[in-house]
Amino acid sequence: MIALQHYLLLSAALFSLGIFGVLTRKNAVNVLMGIELILNSANINLIAFSRYSSHGLDGQMFAVFVIVVAAAEVAVALAIVLTMYGLLKTVSLDQADTLRR
Amino acid sequence: MILDNLHSLKFFFPELTLTAGILLVILCDITLKGLRNRLNPLLTLFTLVLAAYYTFQLNHAASASLFHGMLAIDGFAQFFKLFLLLASVLVVLASLHSAELAPFHQGEFFALLLAVTLGMVLLANSTNLAMLYLSLELVSLTSYIMVGYLKTDRLSNEASLKYILFGAISTGSMLYGLSLIYGLTGSLNLYTIRDALLSQGGVEGVNQFTILLILVLTMAGFGFKTAAVPFHFWCPDVYAGAPTPVTAFLSVAPKAAGFAVLVRFFFSGMSQTSGSQWAIIGGINWPLVLIAISVLTMTLGNVAALTQNNLKRMLAYSSIAHAGYIMMGAVVLTGEGVKSILIYLFVYLFMNLGAFLVVTIIYDSDKTFEIDDYNGMFKRSPFVAVAMAIFMLSLIGIPPFSGFMGKLYVFGSVIDKGLYWFAAIGALNAAVAAFYYMRVLKAMLIEEGNGSTAPLQVSFLNQALLVALLIPNVLLIVFWNPIDRWTAASVQLFGGG
Repeated sequence: MIALQHYLLLSAALFSLGIFGVLTRKNAVNVLMGIELILNSANINLIAFSRYSSHGLDGQMFAVFVIVVAAAEVAVALAIVLTMYGLLKTVSLDQADTLRR
Repeated sequence: MILDNLHSLKFFFPELTLTAGILLVILCDITLKGLRNRLNPLLTLFTLVLAAYYTFQLNHAASASLFHGMLAIDGFAQFFKLFLLLASVLVVLASLHSAELAPFHQGEFFALLLAVTLGMVLLANSTNLAMLYLSLELVSLTSYIMVGYLKTDRLSNEASLKYILFGAISTGSMLYGLSLIYGLTGSLNLYTIRDALLSQGGVEGVNQFTILLILVLTMAGFGFKTAAVPFHFWCPDVYAGAPTPVTAFLSVAPKAAGFAVLVRFFFSGMSQTSGSQWAIIGGINWPLVLIAISVLTMTLGNVAALTQNNLKRMLAYSSIAHAGYIMMGAVVLTGEGVKSILIYLFVYLFMNLGAFLVVTIIYDSDKTFEIDDYNGMFKRSPFVAVAMAIFMLSLIGIPPFSGFMGKLYVFGSVIDKGLYWFAAIGALNAAVAAFYYMRVLKAMLIEEGNGSTAPLQVSFLNQALLVALLIPNVLLIVFWNPIDRWTAASVQLFGGG
């Protein structure tokens, strides 16, 4: 029997992996993948809480919106990464440090 | 009083106007090829003014909850709506003659600006976690695009990349925190959440570890929007790389919306009210945590600003420091504290937009942000130099300029609580800040020019806008009573029910 705790553990693991990926990757696209993991870990939480409690469908409604927002966010982010590739011919975040100097 | 959807609509005119404005600007941009460059700014301004007019109309409406608890209408919301609309109007005017934006097609720019404004207005009013997250993302996504608007400019692109990566991580962490709140209380509505938390044992009784985790994660989102330490890393780079009018906008409006949602979230969602004093739920010493954030934010901002030679970067660090001062008002957890936040934001709007307008004007003619290149500006344009001097003195907080009143109220609110040492740290910071603001003054007014001595070209529109921004900085202090009354009335937060 799968209980609420299993879902929470899964989402906590995904969240941690997402943060780990964001902090360690140098490639902009890989960082975006980490961000997707973070958003989806929150989705798992929302849906699991909604399923295992008697508080209605608020959580599932929220999760649907989050999926849409995540898609919009990735679209904007990829457009920016694409522009970066056009300007610098690379998507490595190490190259994007002109402003610090 | 919770209103259903149809009854809510008549309180929703400002937002509807903004939505219609966004669509009209896009439509006009596609269809009217010959007229669009003249028509788009006018249409944008008209939309913003109309939205402000409808907001005024609602000024005497009783506090209520709209759309089954999604949004609230109350004095606090009214203040922020007017504030954000005013900020957008000023930024539209400041961007009209910007040489940075001129090479790029501007139709989308105005549509995006209206979309950010809509997002911020919703953010300041939202009383539901889903609404809060969606409007936060509407503000964030559109501002990422605005920062990267100079498509062929490497710095602008880099700034927007940094902004979206930091932003997505912060709001993602915040979303995880929100999902835990939902799990803990079974609701997305702030008032139901508060009641659920209180019924689980009140301020001391709820699960401490979960509450701590939730608050740390959600603070990531609010800290990102307000550029508070330790979520400020994006701020200097993004402000330096973005087009200057966009920087001016970001340093005022989304920051204000961030503080609005911070106050609403903590004070109406996570607090127990007794009289005018709030106590945030969870056994953590909240005033101390907020004091720590505030002190770190202002100190780091001021110290880092000292060594900057690029004026845009310096103003970026100074805006971090100002977030620290504003946070002082949140520390005391009272209505008086919230009032001081409102007053500080209101005066900060005029002085910071003014300073950035001068930066825009000088960049348009000289193509430089370096403070050293501002030398001898007084000879080239006495008006611009004196205007900048007034904005700088106001940012320092020297009377009789209006920045002084902002500092007076936030320092006053912490002194009322007996936190004298905290006020002393704030005053010390203001003294450090005076040093780098004075450096700009010295360059513009005293130093000899090094190079160009040609008079500075300032368009009539920009001159008029400078005067419009100078008037509140100089004269607000004379007409202080209405502002005091207005902000005091704006502390009314809808309490649920």
